[in-house]
Amino acid sequence: MATSVLSDAILVKKYVSGEESALTILIERHQARIYNFIYSKIQDRDLSDDIFQDTFIKVIKTLKTKSYNEEGKFLPWVMRIAHNLVVDHFRKNKKMPMQRDSGEYSVFSFLFESSPNIESQMITEQVELDLTRLIDELPEDQKEVLMMRIYQDMSFKEISDLTGVSINTALGRMRYALMNLRKVIEKNQIILTN
Amino acid sequence: MAKLYSKKKLATSKMLPKKETISFILNYSKALRITKVGNLSFESIAN
Repeated sequence: MATSVLSDAILVKKYVSGEESALTILIERHQARIYNFIYSKIQDRDLSDDIFQDTFIKVIKTLKTKSYNEEGKFLPWVMRIAHNLVVDHFRKNKKMPMQRDSGEYSVFSFLFESSPNIESQMITEQVELDLTRLIDELPEDQKEVLMMRIYQDMSFKEISDLTGVSINTALGRMRYALMNLRKVIEKNQIILTN
Repeated sequence: MAKLYSKKKLATSKMLPKKETISFILNYSKALRITKVGNLSFESIAN
Protein backbone atom coordinates (compact mmCIF):
# COMPACT_ATOMS: atom_id res chain seq x y z
CA MET A 1 0.00 0.00 0.00
CA ALA A 2 1.33 3.44 -0.90
CA THR A 3 0.50 4.93 2.50
CA SER A 4 2.78 2.48 4.29
CA VAL A 5 5.86 4.25 2.92
CA LEU A 6 4.75 7.75 3.80
CA SER A 7 7.01 9.40 6.34
CA ASP A 8 5.79 10.25 9.82
CA ALA A 9 6.00 13.94 8.99
CA ILE A 10 3.64 13.57 6.02
CA LEU A 11 1.25 11.40 8.00
CA VAL A 12 1.18 13.98 10.80
CA LYS A 13 0.44 16.70 8.26
CA LYS A 14 -2.38 14.62 6.74
CA TYR A 15 -3.83 13.93 10.19
CA VAL A 16 -3.73 17.59 11.16
CA SER A 17 -5.57 18.43 7.96
CA GLY A 18 -8.35 16.03 8.93
CA GLU A 19 -7.35 12.66 7.51
CA GLU A 20 -8.10 10.32 10.41
CA SER A 21 -6.65 7.25 8.67
CA ALA A 22 -3.18 8.78 8.97
CA LEU A 23 -3.36 8.32 12.74
CA THR A 24 -4.18 4.63 12.28
CA ILE A 25 -0.99 4.20 10.24
CA LEU A 26 1.11 6.12 12.76
CA ILE A 27 -0.20 4.00 15.63
CA GLU A 28 0.29 0.76 13.72
CA ARG A 29 3.81 1.79 12.83
CA HIS A 30 4.95 2.74 16.32
CA GLN A 31 2.68 0.91 18.75
CA ALA A 32 5.12 -1.93 19.52
CA ARG A 33 8.00 0.41 20.27
CA ILE A 34 5.97 2.72 22.48
CA TYR A 35 4.06 -0.03 24.25
CA ASN A 36 7.17 -2.07 24.99
CA PHE A 37 8.90 1.00 26.33
CA ILE A 38 6.01 1.67 28.71
CA TYR A 39 5.70 -1.98 29.71
CA SER A 40 9.40 -2.29 30.44
CA LYS A 41 8.96 0.36 33.13
CA ILE A 42 5.49 -0.44 34.44
CA GLN A 43 5.47 -4.26 34.26
CA ASP A 44 1.70 -4.39 34.23
CA ARG A 45 -0.30 -4.88 31.07
CA ASP A 46 -3.44 -3.03 32.12
CA LEU A 47 -1.55 -0.04 33.45
CA SER A 48 0.63 -0.01 30.36
CA ASP A 49 -2.49 0.08 28.21
CA ASP A 50 -3.78 3.03 30.24
CA ILE A 51 -0.53 4.94 29.84
CA PHE A 52 -0.38 4.07 26.13
CA GLN A 53 -3.92 5.43 25.79
CA ASP A 54 -3.12 8.61 27.75
CA THR A 55 -0.02 9.12 25.63
CA PHE A 56 -2.06 9.14 22.43
CA ILE A 57 -4.79 11.29 23.95
CA LYS A 58 -2.08 13.90 24.56
CA VAL A 59 -0.73 13.38 21.05
CA ILE A 60 -4.20 13.81 19.52
CA LYS A 61 -4.96 16.95 21.56
CA THR A 62 -1.63 18.54 20.67
CA LEU A 63 -2.02 17.74 17.00
CA LYS A 64 -5.64 18.92 16.86
CA THR A 65 -4.80 22.22 18.53
CA LYS A 66 -2.10 22.53 15.85
CA SER A 67 0.51 23.25 18.51
CA TYR A 68 2.86 20.46 17.39
CA ASN A 69 5.95 21.68 15.68
CA GLU A 70 6.95 18.99 13.20
CA GLU A 71 10.66 18.56 12.92
CA GLY A 72 10.68 15.01 11.67
CA LYS A 73 10.82 13.71 15.21
CA PHE A 74 7.39 12.22 15.76
CA LEU A 75 8.48 9.01 17.53
CA PRO A 76 10.95 10.64 19.97
CA TRP A 77 8.25 13.20 20.77
CA VAL A 78 5.67 10.48 21.52
CA MET A 79 8.25 8.50 23.50
CA ARG A 80 8.97 11.56 25.61
CA ILE A 81 5.26 11.99 26.35
CA ALA A 82 5.10 8.31 27.34
CA HIS A 83 8.23 8.69 29.46
CA ASN A 84 6.75 11.69 31.30
CA LEU A 85 3.50 9.82 31.94
CA VAL A 86 5.45 6.87 33.34
CA VAL A 87 7.32 9.25 35.67
CA ASP A 88 3.99 10.81 36.71
CA HIS A 89 2.63 7.34 37.42
CA PHE A 90 5.49 6.46 39.75
CA ARG A 91 5.35 9.87 41.41
CA LYS A 92 1.66 9.39 42.06
CA ASN A 93 2.28 5.99 43.60
CA LYS A 94 5.46 7.16 45.35
CA LYS A 95 7.21 4.11 44.04
CA MET A 96 10.42 3.85 42.12
CA PRO A 97 10.34 1.61 39.07
CA MET A 98 11.97 -1.72 39.51
CA GLN A 99 12.36 -4.67 37.23
CA ARG A 100 10.29 -7.61 38.35
CA ASP A 101 10.06 -11.05 36.95
CA SER A 102 6.37 -11.30 36.27
CA GLY A 103 6.66 -14.44 34.19
CA GLU A 104 5.18 -12.72 31.18
CA TYR A 105 8.15 -10.45 30.69
CA SER A 106 11.35 -11.50 32.35
CA VAL A 107 14.28 -9.17 31.90
CA PHE A 108 16.56 -11.93 33.04
CA SER A 109 14.97 -14.64 30.97
CA PHE A 110 18.26 -15.13 29.13
CA LEU A 111 19.73 -16.67 32.24
CA PHE A 112 17.39 -19.63 32.26
CA GLU A 113 18.51 -22.88 30.77
CA SER A 114 16.10 -25.09 28.92
CA SER A 115 15.81 -27.56 31.81
CA PRO A 116 17.58 -26.20 34.86
CA ASN A 117 18.09 -28.42 37.87
CA ILE A 118 17.42 -27.17 41.38
CA GLU A 119 21.01 -26.17 42.00
CA SER A 120 21.41 -24.14 38.83
CA GLN A 121 17.98 -22.65 39.44
CA MET A 122 19.10 -21.44 42.87
CA ILE A 123 22.34 -20.07 41.48
CA THR A 124 20.44 -18.33 38.71
CA GLU A 125 18.09 -16.74 41.21
CA GLN A 126 21.03 -15.54 43.28
CA VAL A 127 22.79 -14.10 40.22
CA GLU A 128 19.59 -12.33 39.16
CA LEU A 129 19.18 -10.89 42.62
CA ASP A 130 22.82 -9.76 42.79
CA LEU A 131 22.63 -8.16 39.37
CA THR A 132 19.38 -6.36 40.17
CA ARG A 133 20.86 -5.04 43.42
CA LEU A 134 24.00 -3.90 41.67
CA ILE A 135 22.06 -2.08 38.97
CA ASP A 136 19.78 -0.53 41.59
CA GLU A 137 22.82 0.88 43.37
CA LEU A 138 23.85 2.87 40.30
CA PRO A 139 23.09 6.59 40.17
CA GLU A 140 19.70 7.21 38.57
CA ASP A 141 21.07 8.78 35.36
CA GLN A 142 23.49 5.90 34.75
CA LYS A 143 20.87 3.29 35.57
CA GLU A 144 18.43 4.87 33.15
CA VAL A 145 20.89 4.79 30.25
CA LEU A 146 21.98 1.24 31.05
CA MET A 147 18.39 -0.04 31.19
CA MET A 148 17.47 1.68 27.92
CA ARG A 149 20.58 0.45 26.12
CA ILE A 150 20.77 -3.13 27.39
CA TYR A 151 17.21 -4.08 28.20
CA GLN A 152 15.29 -2.00 25.70
CA ASP A 153 17.89 -2.26 22.97
CA MET A 154 17.69 1.46 22.20
CA SER A 155 20.40 3.26 20.28
CA PHE A 156 22.36 6.06 21.94
CA LYS A 157 20.67 8.47 19.54
CA GLU A 158 17.25 7.37 20.80
CA ILE A 159 18.42 7.50 24.43
CA SER A 160 19.75 10.98 23.84
CA ASP A 161 16.45 12.14 22.30
CA LEU A 162 14.40 10.61 25.07
CA THR A 163 16.44 11.77 28.05
CA GLY A 164 17.23 15.17 26.60
CA VAL A 165 21.00 14.85 26.94
CA SER A 166 23.64 14.74 24.21
CA ILE A 167 24.80 11.44 22.72
CA ASN A 168 28.21 11.97 24.33
CA THR A 169 26.64 12.38 27.75
CA ALA A 170 24.58 9.22 27.25
CA LEU A 171 27.72 7.36 26.16
CA GLY A 172 29.57 8.71 29.18
CA ARG A 173 26.80 7.61 31.54
CA MET A 174 26.84 4.12 30.04
CA ARG A 175 30.61 3.97 30.43
CA TYR A 176 30.45 5.08 34.06
CA ALA A 177 27.58 2.65 34.73
CA LEU A 178 29.72 -0.26 33.49
CA MET A 179 32.80 1.01 35.32
CA ASN A 180 30.85 1.37 38.53
CA LEU A 181 29.32 -2.07 38.18
CA ARG A 182 32.74 -3.58 37.56
CA LYS A 183 34.22 -1.70 40.52
CA VAL A 184 31.54 -2.94 42.90
CA ILE A 185 31.83 -6.48 41.55
CA GLU A 186 35.60 -6.51 42.03
CA LYS A 187 35.48 -4.84 45.42
CA ASN A 188 32.96 -7.26 46.81
CA GLN A 189 34.32 -10.23 44.85
CA ILE A 190 30.91 -11.02 43.46
CA ILE A 191 30.79 -13.91 41.05
CA LEU A 192 28.17 -13.37 38.38
CA THR A 193 28.34 -16.67 36.57
CA ASN A 194 26.07 -19.65 36.47
CA MET B 1 33.93 -3.00 24.83
CA ALA B 2 33.77 -4.42 28.29
CA LYS B 3 31.97 -7.66 28.84
CA LEU B 4 28.31 -7.16 29.59
CA TYR B 5 26.39 -9.42 31.88
CA SER B 6 23.54 -9.71 29.51
CA LYS B 7 22.86 -10.46 25.91
CA LYS B 8 21.32 -8.16 23.41
CA LYS B 9 17.64 -8.43 22.62
CA LEU B 10 17.11 -10.38 25.80
CA ALA B 11 13.85 -8.73 26.68
CA THR B 12 12.40 -7.67 23.43
CA SER B 13 9.50 -10.05 23.09
CA LYS B 14 7.12 -7.75 21.23
CA MET B 15 3.91 -6.95 22.94
CA LEU B 16 1.14 -4.83 21.58
CA PRO B 17 -1.57 -2.80 23.25
CA LYS B 18 -5.04 -4.31 23.38
CA LYS B 19 -7.26 -3.90 20.33
CA GLU B 20 -9.81 -2.13 22.55
CA THR B 21 -7.20 0.47 23.49
CA ILE B 22 -6.35 1.20 19.88
CA SER B 23 -10.02 1.29 18.97
CA PHE B 24 -10.72 3.74 21.82
CA ILE B 25 -7.90 6.04 20.70
CA LEU B 26 -9.11 6.07 17.09
CA ASN B 27 -12.73 6.67 18.10
CA TYR B 28 -11.66 9.40 20.51
CA SER B 29 -9.71 11.07 17.74
CA LYS B 30 -12.71 10.95 15.41
CA ALA B 31 -15.04 12.34 18.07
CA LEU B 32 -12.80 15.12 19.37
CA ARG B 33 -13.25 18.61 18.03
CA ILE B 34 -11.11 21.46 19.27
CA THR B 35 -12.30 24.99 18.60
CA LYS B 36 -9.94 27.87 19.17
CA VAL B 37 -11.32 31.27 20.08
CA GLY B 38 -8.55 33.78 20.63
CA ASN B 39 -6.30 32.32 23.29
CA LEU B 40 -8.91 29.86 24.47
CA SER B 41 -9.52 26.43 23.07
CA PHE B 42 -12.72 24.45 23.59
CA GLU B 43 -12.89 20.71 23.40
CA SER B 44 -16.06 18.91 22.40
CA ILE B 45 -16.68 15.20 22.05
CA ALA B 46 -19.28 14.16 19.50
CA ASN B 47 -21.32 11.12 20.43
